[in-house]
Amino acid sequence: MTELRQRAVREPDAPPEDKESESEIKVDGETASDSESRAEAVSLATSADDTPEVLNRALSNLSSRWKNWWVRGILTLAMIAFFFIIIYLGPMVLMIIVMCVQIKCFHEIITIGYNVYHSYDLPWFRTLSWYFLLCVNYFFYGETVTDYFFTLVQREEPLRILSKYHRFISFTLYLIGFCMFVLSLVKKHYRLQFYMFGWTHVTLLIVVTQSHLVIHNLFEGMIWFIVPISCVICNDIMAYMFGFFFGRTPLIKLSPKKTWEGFIGGFFATVVFGLLLSYVMSGYRCFVCPVEYNNDTNSFTVDCEPSDLFRLQEYNIPEVIQSVIGLTTIWMYPFQIHSIALSTFASLIGPFGGFFASGFKRAFKIKDFANTIPGHGGIMDRFDCQYLMATFVNVYIASFIRGPNPSKLIQQFLTLRPDQQLHIFNTLRSHLADKGMLTATTEDE
Amino acid sequence: MLELRHRGGCPGSGGAAAPPPREGEAAGGDHETESTSDKETDIDDRYGDLDSRTDSDIPEIPPSSDRTPEILKKALSGLSSRWKNWWIRGILTLTMISLFFLIIYMGSFMLMLLVLGIQVKCFHEIITIGYRVYRSYDLPWFRTLSWYFLLCVNYFFYGETVADYFATFVQREEQLQFLIRYHRFISFALYLAGFCMFVLSLVKKHYRLQFYMFAWTHVTLLITVTQSHLVIQNLFEGMIWFLVPISSVICNDITAYLFGFFFGRTPLIKLSPKKTWEGFIGGFFSTVVFGFIAAYMLSKYQYFVCPVEYRSDVNSFVTECEPSELFQLQSYSLPPFLKAVLRQETVSLYPFQIHSIALSTFASLIGPFGGFFASGFKRAFKIKDFANTIPGHGGIMDRFDCQYLMATFVHVYITSFIRGPNPSKVLQQLLVLQPEQQLNIYKTLKTHLIEKGILQPTLKV
Repeated sequence: MTELRQRAVREPDAPPEDKESESEIKVDGETASDSESRAEAVSLATSADDTPEVLNRALSNLSSRWKNWWVRGILTLAMIAFFFIIIYLGPMVLMIIVMCVQIKCFHEIITIGYNVYHSYDLPWFRTLSWYFLLCVNYFFYGETVTDYFFTLVQREEPLRILSKYHRFISFTLYLIGFCMFVLSLVKKHYRLQFYMFGWTHVTLLIVVTQSHLVIHNLFEGMIWFIVPISCVICNDIMAYMFGFFFGRTPLIKLSPKKTWEGFIGGFFATVVFGLLLSYVMSGYRCFVCPVEYNNDTNSFTVDCEPSDLFRLQEYNIPEVIQSVIGLTTIWMYPFQIHSIALSTFASLIGPFGGFFASGFKRAFKIKDFANTIPGHGGIMDRFDCQYLMATFVNVYIASFIRGPNPSKLIQQFLTLRPDQQLHIFNTLRSHLADKGMLTATTEDE
Repeated sequence: MLELRHRGGCPGSGGAAAPPPREGEAAGGDHETESTSDKETDIDDRYGDLDSRTDSDIPEIPPSSDRTPEILKKALSGLSSRWKNWWIRGILTLTMISLFFLIIYMGSFMLMLLVLGIQVKCFHEIITIGYRVYRSYDLPWFRTLSWYFLLCVNYFFYGETVADYFATFVQREEQLQFLIRYHRFISFALYLAGFCMFVLSLVKKHYRLQFYMFAWTHVTLLITVTQSHLVIQNLFEGMIWFLVPISSVICNDITAYLFGFFFGRTPLIKLSPKKTWEGFIGGFFSTVVFGFIAAYMLSKYQYFVCPVEYRSDVNSFVTECEPSELFQLQSYSLPPFLKAVLRQETVSLYPFQIHSIALSTFASLIGPFGGFFASGFKRAFKIKDFANTIPGHGGIMDRFDCQYLMATFVHVYITSFIRGPNPSKVLQQLLVLQPEQQLNIYKTLKTHLIEKGILQPTLKV
């Protein structure tokens, strides 16, 4: 979240600095918000400044406050430009980027755990954490791949066996990790090891499930990936701007720099931004169509007939706005209505993800999750508000937009026993007959 | 697990019996004698130290009241304390097994309630340990939030199960249909409300504690609630899939203990010093034999073998069906060396018995790791037992720690090797689709079924 951080001295959270983290923990009676005084009090001999030399030299004339502001601004623009490039490169690259972000977030959080518990030298534990990450990813990617790459998987014999017994294989892999953990328990370190085990699992729950839900959303159509993420970013930036110019009433004790004016201003700005963005994007097929894997060309394609959601429709404007705008009807994409829901969530509930991360950082007395991005902190710092967004979008799509995947249903149907298949077929037939969908002609086919 | 515990006076950690801070002071050797709320210094710092200290510095959670019923005490007052404990354990074991049989007799619905009851109690036990470890009994909101999260996750899982199995019942009622259709959204909204309440309840100086309890709650939910729902799904597949695994684990416990008692010599693992290799291997073989026999006996009865279904006409659960191939006797030709021993060419077995070998093997080889995990956990947090619910045995969690992985294994086994996806779930999803999609699927299915000869082409509505 965009808090106005005063960084006179760049305080690193570089993991191997065990000494520094010890001193952080031992300081009495302080919370992480007293950044300035603590920065002075804790003498950090080695403070690795990650800002590239280029930027340092270019901004060497300005005062330190403005320099930080510029560094943040430039990095923000760099990240947004990077985002656009990735979108341009297509779904495959997006998936890889999501995967990398996930791994980096996992690494950051686990490293914090190591620092907190001074458990960097625990036997086996680094290996086990990465092993569990691999297992859970294998499980989730297997489930996704089986769904979307169904025909490809059925063709290749080894892949077919892997997908048929996928759950069993994943469970076995996880079990191996579990047994290794039990066998690695060392006297006098039990508590630490259990803590790290719990820490790893909660991190997996947070980071890995989110990233896979993001990929599910992506497959639904790139617009379902881009609009939510952009809304969260926009809310960040807008809330910061509104807070900067009009901020007066504090919002929550947890993040003292947040203000109600920023919160509400950010909300309205994000809703408007979401409406505009979805209007612009709904016109392009490459954003709107579900991502499909084409067997012939062996690549991802986004080509389809846009669904009803992405076709312009006329809506009657309610009385109160009619007088303001002077139009009786307006042409909108139905998706824009949904985008209002998404933007609302991004601005009202998204910040709670940020407060959660702030509370977490205070609890463990860290300034940032890591020091990956100069001026911003770690990857996790940028993605803390996205935390709940991916889950929300996924649940939203599943509940309101589309039902279950028909091809997946057929695939499941084909694995049932013949008597079960017959039972389902008959039930479906009576259901359709009740609805009057079955006519004599369809029966003859 | 059945460790030979030396219990002079049945010590054990009590349930939420006495307020933790007083007990902490009474334990002695604990320099943190102040209660959490009225110190100026940052509570988080104290726990920062707590985290980084090695286990030996952590004070023990003191034992609490002895819950053995008076009647047992009187009956056994003559014997020495070691034999008295042995008798108490034995009697309670028999009591639990009889209770188990009674509930099986009463049917699947009672079993589901029992599973739910056990889940809630296990959750309560583990959360109470968390409170005591972190002295966080007085944290604002936290007890409410933990139970609220338990409710949410249970609502989510039961909604998924109920929707599958009660499809016909649900289709009738309008409000239920609404709840089912938007089930995920409603569950997510409920969870979010809990999450936001947690964030709003964060209090200065208690952040770390609150995050710990949050994580503790979630890991506990992951462990206990998912397991219990997998148990219920196994139950719906057929009561035999519920009974044979659980009995195999119990049998492994008991026979490993007996083998260890009589023949035990070589220690198995440093974590549980009373376990021996002789007990482990002896338990393995006896459990496989036991599972084999139990599977043979139970496979005969429709009551155990048929999937549990909800019949809307009688408004109850029925287990009536044509037993699948798995539960029909088949002839297997014996391998040569067994032929010589048994002097028979073939043997009639239920195919399910072959599967029971796999289940028993898992129960005896991997199940104990669940027990070692729980032992390690108890050592890590210096508790003797999870709670003191069952005299002589400890808490409910103590009895169920080896079952921990079994339910997941059985569920994964069933979905991978026995049956495909759940037919009622497929049906339910079909009924949710758009009519045009349903029609398309209908045509595809019809073609497929006719090709396979399952459906006669001349059949008309």
